[in-house]
Amino acid sequence: MQPFRQFAYRRSADQDAAAPVRHPVVIVGAGPVGLTLALDLARRQVPVVLIDDADRIGEGSRAICFAKRTLEIFDRLGLAEAMVEKGVTWQKGRVFRGEAELYAFDLLPEGGHKQPAFINLQQFYVEAALVDAVLAEPLVDLRWSNRLAGLDNRENGAHLTIATPDGDYSLEADWLIACDGARSPTRGLLGLEFRGEAFEDRFLIADVKMTAPFPTERWFWFDPPFHSGQSALLHKQPDDIWRIDLQLGPDADPEDEKRPEVVRPRIERMLGHSDFALEWVSVYRFQCRRLDQFLHGRVVFAGDAAHQVSPFGARGANSGIQDADNLGWKLALVVQGRSPASLLASYDSERVAAADENILNSTRATDFIAPRSPGERLLREAALSLAPLTGFAKRFVNSGRLSLPSAYAGSTLSSDDESWDKGLQPGTPFLDAPLAAAAHTWLSEAFSMGQAILLGDGAAEIAPAGVLAIEPAAGDETLRQRYALEGGAAVLLRPDGHVAARFRQPKRAAVEAAVERMEGRG
Amino acid sequence: MTAAATTGSSGRLARESRFADPDAAFRLLAQAHRDLDERGSTALNARLVLILANQIGDEQVLREAVALAREAS
Repeated sequence: MQPFRQFAYRRSADQDAAAPVRHPVVIVGAGPVGLTLALDLARRQVPVVLIDDADRIGEGSRAICFAKRTLEIFDRLGLAEAMVEKGVTWQKGRVFRGEAELYAFDLLPEGGHKQPAFINLQQFYVEAALVDAVLAEPLVDLRWSNRLAGLDNRENGAHLTIATPDGDYSLEADWLIACDGARSPTRGLLGLEFRGEAFEDRFLIADVKMTAPFPTERWFWFDPPFHSGQSALLHKQPDDIWRIDLQLGPDADPEDEKRPEVVRPRIERMLGHSDFALEWVSVYRFQCRRLDQFLHGRVVFAGDAAHQVSPFGARGANSGIQDADNLGWKLALVVQGRSPASLLASYDSERVAAADENILNSTRATDFIAPRSPGERLLREAALSLAPLTGFAKRFVNSGRLSLPSAYAGSTLSSDDESWDKGLQPGTPFLDAPLAAAAHTWLSEAFSMGQAILLGDGAAEIAPAGVLAIEPAAGDETLRQRYALEGGAAVLLRPDGHVAARFRQPKRAAVEAAVERMEGRG
Repeated sequence: MTAAATTGSSGRLARESRFADPDAAFRLLAQAHRDLDERGSTALNARLVLILANQIGDEQVLREAVALAREAS
């Protein structure tokens, strides 16, 4: 995997067309979310124009924690193996108060999952892997140095003005997907409000290069001995790079704090030595905000353009890639005329709810880490002091609740069989399991076919066309257990892996009805 | 190390979380302080202690709670 790459601007034939060329899907922003969506749509035979105002992969490591669910999505797209090999796999963490360890945690205590709980991998490596895959994909037309400069969001499509080094040109899109990040110019062009809270405390985020014997665990300190009264986080990345977050308080001057002569002594105090090189430094103030809606006529927002969280919990990039996962199959059905456009309303409701869950968790963690009033600080200190003595107080300690996929409770795409309440509820994300005899060795790999999956004994008999049937083989006890596949029960999984329906004694008609509903026709 | 091992196992005070969502409970308490100064928070805490002590309504449990609070540092 090779990061830091620059790409050439290339003139497109669209720039010389007599009339604006119309494309089914234009994506703005070739970051992790836009690239993932472009690749997913191309695999579903939907051609995509992907534009980005830059001509290179972003520098600085930025997002570093990629969660199991995200890796399952990348695996479906054929990219996870190289990422996991390059990344630092971890699942354990420790939380300290001063010198003392308060507790340790393990994010993936059970076996039978293909992907690890988390890997740490610099965002530029993830983007490089996605760009390589996109460049090999004939259905994606990736245009660097193409900036969305004008947008007319009409009922029948979006009319775009695109600025390039050769001047402006026009395009039309049936659907415009804005994956253009927290400062989303598309949001600005539509004049949409991005509502939420800003946190006062500033945080220093630094990547340092050093060889160190610390384990590959997430270490978090409240009031560390080397950084009194604040918090600190230490986390390993590939290439002997370590991510360090230091809380600076509300009054820190961001420009001053970024100067190496200020940063280095802080990190020296933390590490106890000066044998390291500063790779990247940034000073942040965090915000938790989202758009009221992610779907605005023919324009759909995903990732940071739609919602923003603080980094405690690794919910930024992970939730953005899960937006792409939710949108890809639905948009493909709509573009191909197999589902009505109203199917996309479920993207809005499901991912708005997921964003709210991420914002809630991120806000709670940020408030615990950086209390906003003397009373909150007192309460936080009380929880920390009781944590070594009692289980309940440990549960109150919050250094970030790490990203888990949201359950789409009450999804309009779900069907419920009232006579059957075992296994996973409709809306819940799938649980991986090894498969003894199927064409894929893991359930998570079967999603690479791009189809919905019907799981259960006799599934092949009753699976409608286009739905992949998987029947448990001898030895698939984990699968049977995780989905309560007993006495003829079956489960219908959406192409994004969420449970669409579960059945006690499925008949073909019931499965067909559930597929109709899942695809927005029921 | 279990909680019971540190303060004796005969107690009736709950030491494991009784909340389905402990983060929500903590936030509820924290937000009650948001617009208060130190003095206001101290007074709020005292009132909450009395309200919750009465809700417990059990002197033995209250005694264990006081001992646990004094033990923490």
